[in-house]
Amino acid sequence: MFDPDKLPVEIVRILDENGNGDEEKLAAFSDEWLLRAYREMRRARVIDERLLRMQRQGRIGTYAPFSGQEAAQIGSALALRKDDWIFPSYREVAVCLMHGMPLEQFFHYVQGRLSGKRMPEGLNIFPTQIIIAAQTLHAVGCAWASKLKGESQVSVAYFGDGATSEGDFHEAMNFAAVYNVPVIFFCQNNQYAISVPYRKQTASRTIAQKALAYGMKGVLVDGNDVLAVYETMKQAVEAARRGEGPMLIEALTYRLGPHTTADDPTKYRRPEEVEAWRTKDPLYRLRVLLKRRGLWTEAQEEALVAQVNDEVTAAYEAAIASKSGSIVDVFDYVYSEAPTLLAEQKEEVMRRKQRSGVR
Amino acid sequence: MAELTMIEAINEAMRQEMERDSRIIVLGEDVGENGGVFRATDGLLEQFGEGRVFDTPLAESGIIGTSIGLAINGMRPIAEIQFLGFVYQAMDQLAAQAARIRFRSAGRFSCPIVVRSPYGGGVRTPELHSDALEALFAHSPGLKVVMPSNPYDAKGLLISAIRDEDPVLFLEPMKLYRAFRMEVPEEPYTIPLGQARVVKEGEDVTILTWGPTVPLVAKLADEMRTKGIDAEVIDLRCLQPLDIDAILASVEKTGRVMIVHEAVKTGGFGAEVAALISERALFALSAPIVRIAGYDTPYPVPSVEDDWLPNAERIVEGIETLLRY
Ligand SMILES: Cc1ncc(C[n+]2csc(CCOP(=O)(O)OP(=O)(O)O)c2C)c(N)n1
Repeated sequence: MFDPDKLPVEIVRILDENGNGDEEKLAAFSDEWLLRAYREMRRARVIDERLLRMQRQGRIGTYAPFSGQEAAQIGSALALRKDDWIFPSYREVAVCLMHGMPLEQFFHYVQGRLSGKRMPEGLNIFPTQIIIAAQTLHAVGCAWASKLKGESQVSVAYFGDGATSEGDFHEAMNFAAVYNVPVIFFCQNNQYAISVPYRKQTASRTIAQKALAYGMKGVLVDGNDVLAVYETMKQAVEAARRGEGPMLIEALTYRLGPHTTADDPTKYRRPEEVEAWRTKDPLYRLRVLLKRRGLWTEAQEEALVAQVNDEVTAAYEAAIASKSGSIVDVFDYVYSEAPTLLAEQKEEVMRRKQRSGVR
Repeated sequence: MAELTMIEAINEAMRQEMERDSRIIVLGEDVGENGGVFRATDGLLEQFGEGRVFDTPLAESGIIGTSIGLAINGMRPIAEIQFLGFVYQAMDQLAAQAARIRFRSAGRFSCPIVVRSPYGGGVRTPELHSDALEALFAHSPGLKVVMPSNPYDAKGLLISAIRDEDPVLFLEPMKLYRAFRMEVPEEPYTIPLGQARVVKEGEDVTILTWGPTVPLVAKLADEMRTKGIDAEVIDLRCLQPLDIDAILASVEKTGRVMIVHEAVKTGGFGAEVAALISERALFALSAPIVRIAGYDTPYPVPSVEDDWLPNAERIVEGIETLLRY
């Protein structure tokens, strides 16, 4: 008999909540690497907090904050090559920025502009996915193509714990294992799918263990430990590149803020729970380590925050200063060549625009 | 009588029906502790407990597929699809399973489920949150498709839907959830499915519409009166069953028809209505039927949605076109 309760549950962790860890394992990370990881996480946090404020001020549309999940996002993205493929949900802003998405591009997106939908050429990031879990199948297909073409990129599907309930997730896992494709399923288990807690989403003790049923490896990692996430992801990526097939990574983390700016988490979450997770803040534990090693000072922290704030302001201003796009453009993105009726609709709109003299 | 918003009226309808019939359960994403992302199910978990209100795993096909089994086995599920754009995940369960159970079992089983879902634009949502997809379901024999446009209708139609023996898709215009209040009787009441409502009587043109566009069309029709144009406005309220008699009676009277809907024009339900009119009342028409609808593109981004949706300018222009004949 196969008893799920007897499965061992091990979590990969290198740096604990107080910034301590096995010295031998820590030694594998250079000072430069640690500083880079911290700077990127800190940058992401500043950007996230600014975006949240800007939404409250009515300057951008609905936004899904990721504070608390910086280690999972930055750690995993740091382990990727520039030409690897990323299939994000709406919450992977830090992943996308780390992988090269210009911040200005993101401002177009959250301002609800057509230009926000188009990732710059050469950037292997799929558009933001709204339909939960749909991107997991796209990632599998993309990885399958890499394999068929004999190319070495890996594809990474990012998703949340809730996504593991959708049929698409299960079909994606199955296809990936059957065709042994270079794809990584990276689940940020941030404990909630909007208001629904993990225990109501699935009865498995971990998400990582779901890998077994499909015939692939699964790993549970402390998602607030950027070192452990990076190390785990690096191994998964290298294995996939060697042709060893897919892997499921569960990064155990916590969404400190609301699900989106349209959500009120006090309806379903106790403040004590949030406070308990604040003490596990991924930025804090790395900062402690950096300070202990004499690599980081308050002055550096302040300078970095100020610099990122300026960067955000500049990107926002550049975005609003550029042309916003008009209804006329939408007709051009439906087919490669507009069918007659659609072309007529475009002409009708152009006539109306000309007459009313707007835009 | 209390003055309620549409969302409050919907909430009240579910609460009263759940008090009446213990077989009724509510299930969906975030419908429990959170009370639904729009608060449609607010307070139901507190009042009825975890045996009647279920926060489900995040799986639309799962929500509708299990509702079917629940219904066949004696329960009366009200399922929520958080936004209609997510219904594609459950297309098989809704269109190929729920809709066909009566037919497939030659009448042995019926599938009394209500699937509620917010839809419709003008509220600056992310992608796939605003799409109006009613035509997909009006085209799926076996389903009923109900689309209220005010608090009073919402309560009466939802209660009818819950008591109906067939699967009902109950589509709630997001923009109207809190747009205005209206007197709604406290006691439960029903409005028969398949009965249109004459919003405003008139002699010159017939405007057929449903869901989110109804208040705009009604307002414009009132304004037109000062210009000497007397438009009749009909809110279809249900697409399946459809009140063809009300449509034909009005067409016979005015001879001019405009159809306004938010969904994409090509293959939209407006095309069906126009075809029915041409089949049955062609010679009553003095002008070609005008359709004002969403354009044939995916629902666009917030910065251009006001230009995409049927708006006042396009509707007024449509009426002027009709009157030129
Ligand atoms: C198919 C589908 N169903 C429902 C939704 C509405 N929705 C958006 S986010 C969300 C919760 C997702 O939770 P999870 O997968 O854990 O990711 P997280 O938001 O926590 O990162 C829901 C229900 C959706 N976008 N797509």
